[in-house]
Amino acid sequence: MSDNHSVIGRSVPRIDGPEKVSGAAKYTGDLKFPNMLYGKILTSPHAHARILSIDTSEAERLPGVKAVITHKDVPTLKYGLSPARWDESIFCSDKVRFVGDKVAAVACLDEDTCYKALKLIKVEYEVLPAVLDFLHAMDEGQPQVHEEYARNINTEIHQEFGDVEKALAEAHHVRTDTFVGQRTYQSPIEPHSAISMWDGGKLTIYSSTQSPHYFQHYIAREFDMPMGDVRIIKPYLGGGFGGKLEPTGLEFAGAVLAKLTGRPVRTFYDRAEMFAHNRGRHAQYMEITTGVDKNGKILAAKANFLMDGGAYTSLGIASAYYAGALLPLTYEFDNYQFDMFRVYTNLPACGAQRGHGAPQPKYAFESHLDNVAADLGIDPMDIRIINARRPNTVTPNDFRVNSCKIKECLERVRVMSDWDEKKKNLPLGRGIGVATGSFVTGAGYPIYRTDLPHAAAFIKVCEDGTAATLYTGSVDIGQGSDTVLCQMAAEAMGYRYEQMKIVAADTEITPLDFGAYASRQTYMSGAAVKQAGEEVKRQVLEMASVMLGLPAEDLDCADGQIFSKSRPGKSLSFEEVARKHFVLRGPLLGRGSYTPPKLGGNFKGAAVGTSPAYSFGAQVGEVAIDEETGEITVVGIWDVHDCGKVINPRLLHGQVHGALYMGMGEAVWEEVLFDDKGRIKNAELANYRLLTAVDMPPITSEVVDSYEPSGPWGVKEVGEGATNPTLGMFSNAIFDAMGVRVNSLPLSYEKVWRALKEKREREEDEARRKPEARRAEAPLETDGAMPVYANPS
Amino acid sequence: MAQAITDKDGVKRYLITLNVNGDAHTVLVKGNAILTNVLRDQLDLTGTKKGCELGDCGSCTVLLDGKPVDSCLVLAVEADGRQITTIEGVAANGRLDEIQQSMINHAAVQCGYCTPGMVLSAKALLTRNPNPSEQEVREAISGNLCRCTGYVHIVEAVMATAQGRVTPDDH
Ligand code: FES
Ligand code: FES
Repeated sequence: MSDNHSVIGRSVPRIDGPEKVSGAAKYTGDLKFPNMLYGKILTSPHAHARILSIDTSEAERLPGVKAVITHKDVPTLKYGLSPARWDESIFCSDKVRFVGDKVAAVACLDEDTCYKALKLIKVEYEVLPAVLDFLHAMDEGQPQVHEEYARNINTEIHQEFGDVEKALAEAHHVRTDTFVGQRTYQSPIEPHSAISMWDGGKLTIYSSTQSPHYFQHYIAREFDMPMGDVRIIKPYLGGGFGGKLEPTGLEFAGAVLAKLTGRPVRTFYDRAEMFAHNRGRHAQYMEITTGVDKNGKILAAKANFLMDGGAYTSLGIASAYYAGALLPLTYEFDNYQFDMFRVYTNLPACGAQRGHGAPQPKYAFESHLDNVAADLGIDPMDIRIINARRPNTVTPNDFRVNSCKIKECLERVRVMSDWDEKKKNLPLGRGIGVATGSFVTGAGYPIYRTDLPHAAAFIKVCEDGTAATLYTGSVDIGQGSDTVLCQMAAEAMGYRYEQMKIVAADTEITPLDFGAYASRQTYMSGAAVKQAGEEVKRQVLEMASVMLGLPAEDLDCADGQIFSKSRPGKSLSFEEVARKHFVLRGPLLGRGSYTPPKLGGNFKGAAVGTSPAYSFGAQVGEVAIDEETGEITVVGIWDVHDCGKVINPRLLHGQVHGALYMGMGEAVWEEVLFDDKGRIKNAELANYRLLTAVDMPPITSEVVDSYEPSGPWGVKEVGEGATNPTLGMFSNAIFDAMGVRVNSLPLSYEKVWRALKEKREREEDEARRKPEARRAEAPLETDGAMPVYANPS
Repeated sequence: MAQAITDKDGVKRYLITLNVNGDAHTVLVKGNAILTNVLRDQLDLTGTKKGCELGDCGSCTVLLDGKPVDSCLVLAVEADGRQITTIEGVAANGRLDEIQQSMINHAAVQCGYCTPGMVLSAKALLTRNPNPSEQEVREAISGNLCRCTGYVHIVEAVMATAQGRVTPDDH
């Protein structure tokens, strides 16, 4: 698209690049304060147990221990991220609900003393039977995780739009499939940490958080303080992916320890504790039924899901709604039914992970859709194009979609991946699969009920005009929002990116912004930044109009240069005008804020999944399967996205790569495993199995030309949306390669091997019974005919 | 052997010299102190990150006598008298190294938490093998986990540096 932007649309280098590559960037755990203490939390060794007594006296006597706290020393107010279910306590008082539940904490002179002190705290437990299998958590006679939630039901959802039964009755073909998704964990490389300190009645917390605002709100609420007395500062953040959105307990415990000792206290999780804190993707059971006409057009769909919530709600109510709410986005159909139970178990709580709620249902639906296509003999690409959502449509659950180029994404990825050729010619053992995805561009409603704007920004131009500083509450967790927002500010002001500075995510300095979640920042924070930049520009042009003696309407400003539209010779530099403005009129400031329009229908849960704009994408993956071992080699991945106007192409593709990386890990390797006592078996990065550079296949990503009318300069999201198609895409590629489907995640080598073995045995069995069938069917073994695919290089 | 000092509780500490980025630091450490913590807590060189303390993530990578190691698996006493390069020692005289500049230009940095370790592993590779294949680059950084980038831009950045250009075409 031809445009006349001078700053946006360019791959400018990251604003924080030099600090990050040189090791100068300080993350929360890198900070040190005079007189600082170290704090550690004592956690439960049992999945479910009554606390009979806690004796801290011995720990208190240990030299170097400055404070020991239990539930008696902290507010008892229940908290959580979802106001619908506040069910967590700072420390457990009556019972513990999972291995890793918080029981007590210590503050000591150094880390070593913390570990010694934790060992000296004597907790007497009465071990209770635990619910570890979410498939049976609702059964009669199961132990109760929370007394007030009968049959361990944390939430249930029943939604119906249109007339599903009628549509299914009239359908040409109806099919039901079931799938199981596993529990995964965000695994940011930076572990959680917080440093808490008090100054009189004022609490300051440095924290590795994706949302200083929600932290500020929930901490103020917990300690019954005015928000103005709580300051949250986010230093550099080493990844989040949804795992650093909510209070972790580190801040609450740290704040109390800091208050008692009068000293700054650093609290932190090690890697195993991070896994126990979890809040990753829910394991879930998914049954999907679809009715189609003879061309493969979807007439109705029914989703029946069950989610393993773990011991607490976290963001799980939203995850549960998201799982169903986003399903009708990519394809058009009028009749939709969604039933869901999220159940409590005695395992770590699950919450929001990249793609919040959507990737596993997408895996199920995309796998199911391929099964339907196979039943009807339709090409998987075609069935998606036939059903692809069109722009300016409304989903059955009342989500308004403006821009939508899902069809173009599919058509493009078909060409890029050489789909048609490969579909015909790939040998057995090698396969190609396609899937689509879509995601919200910011949540339409805040997490707790409030009428505050979702984003706000200030811009202050330096007194001599040589720099401008953007003040935003938004959070760069690695995705590059600081850079992109500075590009947007410079564009709106008519200024230069290279002269931008940014102060972000300090609740005392920067204006409110809900932070980094639901892929909202470029769109929502960007809208606020654009408005602030335009306010600066308006004042600059007014001042220039006085200086040049020309009407302000005749002037414009780009790239730090003010010029007359009618008289090309007349110009001034931004610097001189800004300086003059300061001399004559005082500080040159711009302000902006963003509140989404009212969105969604009136049914229960209608708010979840609403967004002012939705992104779309399609992915194709090619795999080779080793039939002897089940080993999956990914030959290549092609990705095309409709993410509206692109502000920084390199950063955008970096987001796609990262999303694919996470999706690929979840598709094939990653899974949090538990033993029969509810203890995590693989709470380390090596055994949880994060992919290394040698595991990654070649990736080709593109975007389609797109413009979202409701967004600043036409932007939409990409960072989470690109995870959504990946699991289904792998499922379909593996299905194509083997002719047999693995119905649960991860699609591990072992499961693939077992599926092949079962298929072989089934076929041999059939062949024995019907000798003539042997000639009709192609043999499964290819006797070394399968080409060898080297690792990507 | 490093000089040992025993305190009144009977805990032994060792007086060692770490040569870090060309500077000699004499520090007193416990026998079980890991190099990562001594660099970060005693020398304030917090560019060396900690992500696991198990040798899994590589964010604590430093060069020990030129070779990349997970400093969380190295006892400080083992490093006594040896040459250590941390990320703070890669840029010289306020100028970023080519690999650092290339990482920025290629958008190979996202959250940046893996970046110091990644830069050091890449630097060690390029010193040892100035002309690596893509597979060699991938192998060289395979001990450094990055949760953000999918490694695509990181590999590009290292390859480009080897080829003598630090800026991508689409810049
Ligand atoms: S902290 Fe040393 S390898 Fe992770
Ligand atoms: S950039 Fe975040 S871990 Fe690598």
